[in-house]
Amino acid sequence: MLFAGYFGPFGGRFVAETLVPALEELDRARQEVLPTQAFQAELHGLLQSYVGRPTPLTEAKRFARRIDPDGEAIAELLLKREDLCHTGAHKINNALGQLLLAKAMGKTRIIAETGAGQHGVATATAAALLGLSCEVYQGALDMERQAPNVARMRLLGARVVPVASGSRTLKDAMNEALRDWVTNVRTTYYCVGSAAGPHPYPTLVASLQRIIGDEARASCLDRGALPDAVVACVGGGSNAIGIFKAFEGDSSVSLYGVEAAGLGLETDKHAATLSRGRVGVLHGAKTYVLCDDAGQVIEAHSVSAGLDYPGVGPEHARLRDTGRATYVSATDTEALDAAREVARAEGIVIALETAHAFAALGPIARREAEARGRPARILVCLSGRGDKDLDTITAYGGGK
Amino acid sequence: MHRIDQRFVELRRAGRKALCVYLCVGDPSLEASGFLALEAIDAGADMLELGVPFSDPTADGPTLARAAQRAIAAGATLERVLDVASRVRARSEVPLVLFTYYNPVLVAGEARVARLARAAGVDALLVVDLPPEEAAPLRGACAAEGLGVVPLVSPTSHAARIEAIRRASTPLDGAPRAFVYSISMTGVTGASPSDLAAAARDAEGMRRAFDRPVLVGFGIDSGASAKLAAGEATGGADGVVVGTALARHIEQAASGDEQRRAVRTFVSELRRALD
Repeated sequence: MLFAGYFGPFGGRFVAETLVPALEELDRARQEVLPTQAFQAELHGLLQSYVGRPTPLTEAKRFARRIDPDGEAIAELLLKREDLCHTGAHKINNALGQLLLAKAMGKTRIIAETGAGQHGVATATAAALLGLSCEVYQGALDMERQAPNVARMRLLGARVVPVASGSRTLKDAMNEALRDWVTNVRTTYYCVGSAAGPHPYPTLVASLQRIIGDEARASCLDRGALPDAVVACVGGGSNAIGIFKAFEGDSSVSLYGVEAAGLGLETDKHAATLSRGRVGVLHGAKTYVLCDDAGQVIEAHSVSAGLDYPGVGPEHARLRDTGRATYVSATDTEALDAAREVARAEGIVIALETAHAFAALGPIARREAEARGRPARILVCLSGRGDKDLDTITAYGGGK
Repeated sequence: MHRIDQRFVELRRAGRKALCVYLCVGDPSLEASGFLALEAIDAGADMLELGVPFSDPTADGPTLARAAQRAIAAGATLERVLDVASRVRARSEVPLVLFTYYNPVLVAGEARVARLARAAGVDALLVVDLPPEEAAPLRGACAAEGLGVVPLVSPTSHAARIEAIRRASTPLDGAPRAFVYSISMTGVTGASPSDLAAAARDAEGMRRAFDRPVLVGFGIDSGASAKLAAGEATGGADGVVVGTALARHIEQAASGDEQRRAVRTFVSELRRALD
């Protein structure tokens, strides 16, 4: 039976008792406020006039030739340009939606966790726009490798709180945000950055990000046909679920999620939760988790701070187990190479998260072309721009 | 009668408040935890919570998070914590509550954990991130082995929520009644004491709602605060749970001997204050 907050056997609400009433309150607001015409009108007004939606589809002809070893165009590539959103990534759709909801709920203090900083920047931006105070927890390691975003959050008036525990990355930032929320739950709204966490967050975030897929699907139909495949990177998985949701009912469309294989799936330095994880509970949801035989969570690794997370949104766990979506992975090196190739072929500097999706396009295109006996039409979610990753890409030699 | 229920009957008869002591097992080592547990019992603990360390303890403050890290580094796992429990059980009849986050239980398998816990002489499980609505599989597995699952209530638990917790956590056939854990404040373990006198009054209301003993925990760091949290001799809570303050004493002690002395001294202080 599928009941509230569950995607098959995944999801649920595994949190300290103190937070349960707050999650109930949020779920009520999600059901009662979110669908109202007034709320939707305000949100969509902002998405148009402030965020710059709808974002366009761009055809990537030169990169399409590069993904084939023989230089043949084995695919038609369409890029959904979330990098063109205000603040440079899809994260703003979710942050604006949640903070409008928080305001409707009478909350004045916002907390968030961030890995790469894109969700932190988006939340700080929405908080500034709506006049709310904002604190963002970020792992100390991520603050080092994503310094431009730390500066942006501070300029926007947010307090960035370094988290020095554990792996000093996204997982630990989320732990710290949950501790803050338990302490200040009566006054504080926790803006979760991905389609992960306890119910209702996975459902709430997916419904706010679904606009990516709805717009892309309409644009594809305007161009004449649905895509054969939809590809997106997966850390927590919010851009992927946002684009997948619109195509889930289109049986002709294959869905591909691309996880971070880090130094390789055969090593212990990766973030490929759906490929190498097991069913567990982390940060409030039952899902696939990287953990050892004793149930201790293993620190994830990815060159991309935004994918460096040992859990994944529970809806992806269901899509994986039902076979509706296929999850593959790309290594650090493959992603860095892809970032450089996309920049040179298309004049677009993509985020390292997004670069994982591009890195996997070769095998996906071949597989789809073989299955269909013709070049495949592939829609890729370009989830964000890569300014924040310039130091990492340059250090790797991408600027050569 | 189950060991844990028996203990509450005895305490009530004697007009005494229960002192439940939490130990993060494996901090500083698995062997030392066994000794520290016995030291706490000798010094007057009525009940022990044996903590399974977890890598991502979101309900814990920095002191217990550090203790968990040390314990994991020392090789503590759920099964090894149960080994310590069985060593304590061989020497004492105090009720033992296994305290854990849910992931180690889920990964090991609920039926298996319940079986091992019973074999180790554990009386109940307390899973801090498992609200009663999600706890049915564990409650079933535990009841089959004669073990309880302790529900938690918090200051944010409104009346309808308390009723929902009560319904979802009514002891199953074969399980002990055990107790209800009442969190004294919104916050993580080890936060500064809040209004513990109010927490004691809330606990009294909770006992009426649940018709089960109620222990108050969080923010108790001295004999004086234990007394406040326990409340009036004839009302208030049925007892208190103390964890972070003890972990801090263990952390600050320079040697194994000093740790044992620190546990003895602190638990004795709590005992005197409650009696």
